[in-house]
Amino acid sequence: MTLLQVRDLQTHFATRSGALKAVDGVSFDIAAGEIVGLVGESGSGKSVTGFSILGLIDPPGRIIGGSVKLEGRELVGLPNAELRGVRGRQISMVFQDPSATLNPVLTIGRQMQLALEAHEKTSEAAMRARAVEVLERVGIPDAARRLDAHPHQFSGGMRQRVAIAIALLNSPALIICDEPTTALDVSIQAQILTEMKALARDLGTAMIWISHDLATVSSVASRLLVMYAGRIIEEGPVRDVLRAPRHPYTAGLIASLPAHAVPGRDLVQIPGSTPSLFDLPPGCAFQPRCTYAQAGCGVMPNLLREENRAVRCHFPLNGSGS
Amino acid sequence: MSEGGSFKDMNQIITVENVSKRFSPRLSFGEKIAARLGSPIETRTVHAVDGVSFAIRKGEVLGLVGESGCGKSTLGRVIAGIHPPSAGAASIDSAPVMNAAGRKTTTRIQMVFQDPFASLDPRIRIGETISEGPIAHNLVSSAEAKAYVARWLTAVGLPAEAAERFPHQFSGGQRQRVAIARALAMQPDVLVCDEPVASLDVSIQAQIINLFLKLRRELGLTMLFISHDLGIVRHISDRIAVMYLGRIVELGPTEAVYAAPQHPYTRALLDSVPKFVTDADELVSFKPIEGELPSPLSPPKGCHFNLRCPKAEARCRSERPPLDEQGGERAVACHFPL
Repeated sequence: MTLLQVRDLQTHFATRSGALKAVDGVSFDIAAGEIVGLVGESGSGKSVTGFSILGLIDPPGRIIGGSVKLEGRELVGLPNAELRGVRGRQISMVFQDPSATLNPVLTIGRQMQLALEAHEKTSEAAMRARAVEVLERVGIPDAARRLDAHPHQFSGGMRQRVAIAIALLNSPALIICDEPTTALDVSIQAQILTEMKALARDLGTAMIWISHDLATVSSVASRLLVMYAGRIIEEGPVRDVLRAPRHPYTAGLIASLPAHAVPGRDLVQIPGSTPSLFDLPPGCAFQPRCTYAQAGCGVMPNLLREENRAVRCHFPLNGSGS
Repeated sequence: MSEGGSFKDMNQIITVENVSKRFSPRLSFGEKIAARLGSPIETRTVHAVDGVSFAIRKGEVLGLVGESGCGKSTLGRVIAGIHPPSAGAASIDSAPVMNAAGRKTTTRIQMVFQDPFASLDPRIRIGETISEGPIAHNLVSSAEAKAYVARWLTAVGLPAEAAERFPHQFSGGQRQRVAIARALAMQPDVLVCDEPVASLDVSIQAQIINLFLKLRRELGLTMLFISHDLGIVRHISDRIAVMYLGRIVELGPTEAVYAAPQHPYTRALLDSVPKFVTDADELVSFKPIEGELPSPLSPPKGCHFNLRCPKAEARCRSERPPLDEQGGERAVACHFPL
């Protein structure tokens, strides 16, 4: 069952040098309970896509076109008051830096109470019980007592757990996770990845997992979306894409990982750097860095679908990977 | 005494002997008076590096890995002569890196930092940034500086004209190349690299790693490569040292350590790294380390890892395990190595 349907989403930022097309015609579906990885480098538009779903785009940014439907209900253009009923209840978000999401002067308990009250007024005891329940769910020891602690009394990993607990409070159908483990150490990241997977399995929560790290995504997500310069350029089941990428950019990213090279030998590198969104080449945005580019690449390729895979390339790779 | 890593060979260029680095908060005027009068002031000293000894051989890349707060950056800065050690000494060819007054005595060790945005002066053209040190140390005259800068810019894969530009006119990857050129222009024998690719995009990381590999081949550089990324360290290092809470817990040839770690912490760290999974039937599961890094303000007694270690026994809670040689050029600081 389709939970979220995004169609031709366009989010632009008005600047002195003209419109910056951070998200430029993005379409995808998320099924209930599905974990989808959204991968790209800085400036690819992956985070702005996440923010746009929740309508969290402030001027000079604006969603100038497209549609975001949650269980059939259109979210683009919804008045703020109604969006607020969606945020935190049906869709919640976990950010990279938990110190920036949590209010430093309120206790964890108070912040969780506010998040519950925003949607439904119940008794203080019921709210406390719910808060303890979700804190225990994300592995915070001694949860009942920790409710009275302030964010600074938690370690970085524990603080991210609290942020995840807050996201879970109202049992949302979808959690957008924007690089939630990037700021954490590997040992803590492994703990949180394990717990997030268990959450999705036990509670049936769908997740959009935004990250730059293919290995992390391959360990949580079942489907993968790869973004480049504001567009989705490849889509498919995560392991199929990683085993046999069809877009030269995806293939280049995978090949450049040290895990795929002989130690001490040169890594396969993608030449050049990510393009400025102000100065995109005509046609395929990856064309100046692409070893397979031909004359026809000056025309924008469409996202071509074939069974459960999709690729935006005139000359997709069809082998068994590189 | 931990003597691990100082396998007696003549090729050592850097020796680190029993180095400790403690950071104490600066006391206010009132607190100082109170302390003089005998009042117990909580000093809360951080033991960032705690009695570390090892050596780096000429021409090798030694990877230094560990999680945040383990002291790897502090150790790198002690070796580079940026922080004076609180005890012990780092030496290059037996000459201390710092004199008694806490001043760096050598230009043979240079450093590349994580954030090229923070380490380059935004108001100075990069040609001047690169030539400033070599001119001050008489490696080149002002008259020849331009050609000298051009040579190093070319060496790191930038055009000579780049010298006229300002840092903001470069992308992150190019800026890191500038920072590397600045370090190389001092003609160092040893490069200390502190997370040099951590702030770069994935597609750019490979370019910079390849640059390090090329420079090492062409210039015969010795490198201390500090990183939290175990994949990158494995790729670039001949040997690795694993740090935990201020101490080196394992040291050895990279492939041997990755294939069969001897310290329970190294084992757990390697198990925590997300694997790149392409096999549809393969189940992804981690064996996460229990608990969190203890505060360096109050590390546990004995082995620092004992609180999280599945194999800890009474001895681990009372007695610090020395970094003992294990044969095969390996060393591990554990009472019960794997």
